[in-house]
Amino acid sequence: MSDPIVIIGAGQAAASFISRHIALGNQQPLLLIGDEPLPPYQRPPLSKKYLLGELDRERLFIRPQQWYADRGVTTRFNTRVDSIAPGDKNITTENGETIAYSQLVLCTGSRARDLPDAIGGHLENVFTLRNMADIDEMSPEFKPGRKLLIIGGGYIGLEAAAVARLLGLEVVLLEMADRVLQRVAAEQTSDYFRKLHLSHGVDLRESARLSRLIKIDGRVTGAELDDGETIDADSVLVGIGSIPNSELAEAAGLDCDNGISVNQTCQTSDANIYAAGDCCSFIREGSRIRLESVQNASDQGDLIARVFAGEDVRYKSLPWFWSDQYGCKLQIAGLNHGFDQTMVRPGANEDSQSIWYYREGNLIAVDAMNDPKAYAFGRKIIDAGLNPAPEVVADPGTDLKALAKN
Amino acid sequence: MANITWKTEDGNEITVDVKDGLNLMEAATSNNVPHIEGECGGCLSCATCHVFIDEAWLAKTGEVDDIEDTMLEMTDVERRDNSRLSCQIIASPELDGLIIHVPEPE
Repeated sequence: MSDPIVIIGAGQAAASFISRHIALGNQQPLLLIGDEPLPPYQRPPLSKKYLLGELDRERLFIRPQQWYADRGVTTRFNTRVDSIAPGDKNITTENGETIAYSQLVLCTGSRARDLPDAIGGHLENVFTLRNMADIDEMSPEFKPGRKLLIIGGGYIGLEAAAVARLLGLEVVLLEMADRVLQRVAAEQTSDYFRKLHLSHGVDLRESARLSRLIKIDGRVTGAELDDGETIDADSVLVGIGSIPNSELAEAAGLDCDNGISVNQTCQTSDANIYAAGDCCSFIREGSRIRLESVQNASDQGDLIARVFAGEDVRYKSLPWFWSDQYGCKLQIAGLNHGFDQTMVRPGANEDSQSIWYYREGNLIAVDAMNDPKAYAFGRKIIDAGLNPAPEVVADPGTDLKALAKN
Repeated sequence: MANITWKTEDGNEITVDVKDGLNLMEAATSNNVPHIEGECGGCLSCATCHVFIDEAWLAKTGEVDDIEDTMLEMTDVERRDNSRLSCQIIASPELDGLIIHVPEPE
């Protein structure tokens, strides 16, 4: 029997690859290796419904635990891979076992960036949010009346703030930049979410610089800002971005640039090694980018299975994202990188609107807040390469559905 | 509990007893029904759990709300009068015997 296709990393990209591989009837055996004790699960609900306690663990599994064995997929969870030997086409696990592969699929994901130890990142009640285990660790802290300090006003920080408020915690959120979501969205989107969180009682502070966490007996009791102000806290959640898990690939000599570099078929610089999801970077519209999203992980995993089955496919999916905060549903179509103009389109209700991003006169992305029509038709319009003028989309009288059909 | 059957275009049938409270996208992916992906986990952002409900059952599966109606514009296979996003249908005893047709994208 031929050597298996080995998949390192058991997240969304891995599950998507395996599902497509099986659906296509590819007979090549699969071995899935993951360092967590669990089969692939959905991460987005972790900072939302799972943290709220509204969703059982099993319902997060992308496929039931038994599904893999039932379909002949060998799984090894709780197992780290120590090294890859591309020349010999094998990997070595932390237990010293060497496993030969025919092809290797790297789905190693990304990890949360920690606060530096020097300012208290290592203390026991300082959390990051990435894995199910992270939530299981922090959820005892999510009790009414407890004081939570959140460092970072990106999506993770804001989603956690929303859950914490819904559960009755007191929340202070610090953002270093002059506005929340500064790295990922236009001012109008930041304004919308600032207002939303303030109205739900979050003490949200922008242009706020943390000097250090204050500790007593190894536990955080608060934080000191650079202007000398101190803030009390029972626990701290750090949401300051993520880092691609590309060390294994780098050590094996694969090209890496902000993640494992892949081409339009998700192939790395080694012909027998592919990569998908948060861990890899690829060229889109002339620049090398890395995305952290379910859409990207799923679509790239799916694409690799198609490539292995002999299909002539290239990665060109339009990115999309979502976030839920309180009752607000944010849906994003496209990528706003490099935008130079935005237009606000009012929605049907007071709390709904959409932000349309243009770059050099071309529509590139839409943020839709409580406005699924703007998201759905915006996505169709961008995908079709239609390019309605900013004034046209800003006009609430414009029928987006008709626009998408042009 | 509801006994639910998914029929694919190539004539395969998958019949499963689905626990009350589960949505039918979850039920489908757990039981390897092809072409149902549910990428967004059921939060109405992806339209990858699109199904056609057997006409006789359409009323029993409930109303299509505005968000679902909008997202049905995004399906790979064009929507029909009996289109639903299966993440929005929750298993209950009333759906015992339900027949679902699974569209097959190109």
